[in-house]
Amino acid sequence: MGGDEIASPEARADAVAEALVEKGHLPEGALDAVERIEEGLDWHNGARVVARAWTDPAYRARLLADGTAACAELGFEGPQGEYIVVLEDTPERKNLIVCTQCSCTAWPVLGLPPDWYKSPEYRARVVREPRRVLREMGLELEPEIEVRVWDTTAETRYLVLPLRPEGTDGFTEDQLAALVMREAMIGVARVPSPT
Amino acid sequence: MDGIYDLGGVAGFGAVEVEADEPTFHEPWEATAFRINLASIGFLRAYNADEYRHAIERMQPVHYLQARYYERVLTGATTLLVEKGVLDLADLERRAGGRIPLALPVRPNPGDGRSEPREPRFRCGARVRVRDDHKPGHTRVPRYVRGRTGTVVHVAPPFSYPDASSHGLPKRCEATYHVEFEASELWGDDAETNAPVVVDLWESYLEEA
Repeated sequence: MGGDEIASPEARADAVAEALVEKGHLPEGALDAVERIEEGLDWHNGARVVARAWTDPAYRARLLADGTAACAELGFEGPQGEYIVVLEDTPERKNLIVCTQCSCTAWPVLGLPPDWYKSPEYRARVVREPRRVLREMGLELEPEIEVRVWDTTAETRYLVLPLRPEGTDGFTEDQLAALVMREAMIGVARVPSPT
Repeated sequence: MDGIYDLGGVAGFGAVEVEADEPTFHEPWEATAFRINLASIGFLRAYNADEYRHAIERMQPVHYLQARYYERVLTGATTLLVEKGVLDLADLERRAGGRIPLALPVRPNPGDGRSEPREPRFRCGARVRVRDDHKPGHTRVPRYVRGRTGTVVHVAPPFSYPDASSHGLPKRCEATYHVEFEASELWGDDAETNAPVVVDLWESYLEEA
């Protein structure tokens, strides 16, 4: 037995990892293999999807019809990306994603989620007072714009397709992808016009 | 279970704090915790993702709220590795040099004897009511939609029913439905205007309205 004090999370994590390898449950290097999976879970992938949808109407149509296949077309698939549904923002509708019971996210296109998305504050409040939460986060929505909140309670994983900002005519796909932030693909922000 | 993890609509929380340029992991042990869990599910197959979610839900409520996200991941994974007999708690505590808090014991869901449905029961546009069940074990119905009526806006493919798969009951797959609820149906007269919520619900959670 150890001491009476609660061990730090660091000591606990190291103890479990060490025991799994030492007792032969995991081969040496198995946790590093997971690290390589992690490297593919990046919200910049989602930005690429969005930029393609903004520049290629046929791709946009495929993306809205079958998000899983259209993301896989660009090479973005894997754990927590088994069934992706893309939510199209319009001038009349703003979509917003949350997972009130845990922190489910479309890993292949949104990456592992940020702390604010996993916080009790966001999870508790955004289904009940989305306009107020968005205002506090810097996005004021006119009352006539519908804000539609999607709670990730089953196996569907969502990606918001934000509105293409003004002032980007003639931009290449790469230039557009560089403008897209993770917050816009979760739905708590708009993609700003380039300055 | 009607647990602390089911946070949707709970009042009293403050502002959402966004950290600029946030790293994926703040400390190396957070990455270790994440990798332990993914390897335990995907490689070791010591438990499934539904059991994992439920292990976190079973955390002592004060610990749940105080723990950061990856401490919850670590606690859920460690609990299951000990419960399944993969690792020994005393050995882990000796290695860690201190106590290791685990989640509280599981309380099983009763089996409901249903079989796998051949085809989805509801179509887009159907009006459905969420059953007001209060299960002792794992379920994915948030409290804030129980007993409420909404409209099916999308039928998703069949997925394993978590209330069963999290408790070792016979696996069955059934469609999930994206059900849209008007804000006033959920939050009454004080609801924000023009702010519906869509919740993804397994067929067994729903009845015809």
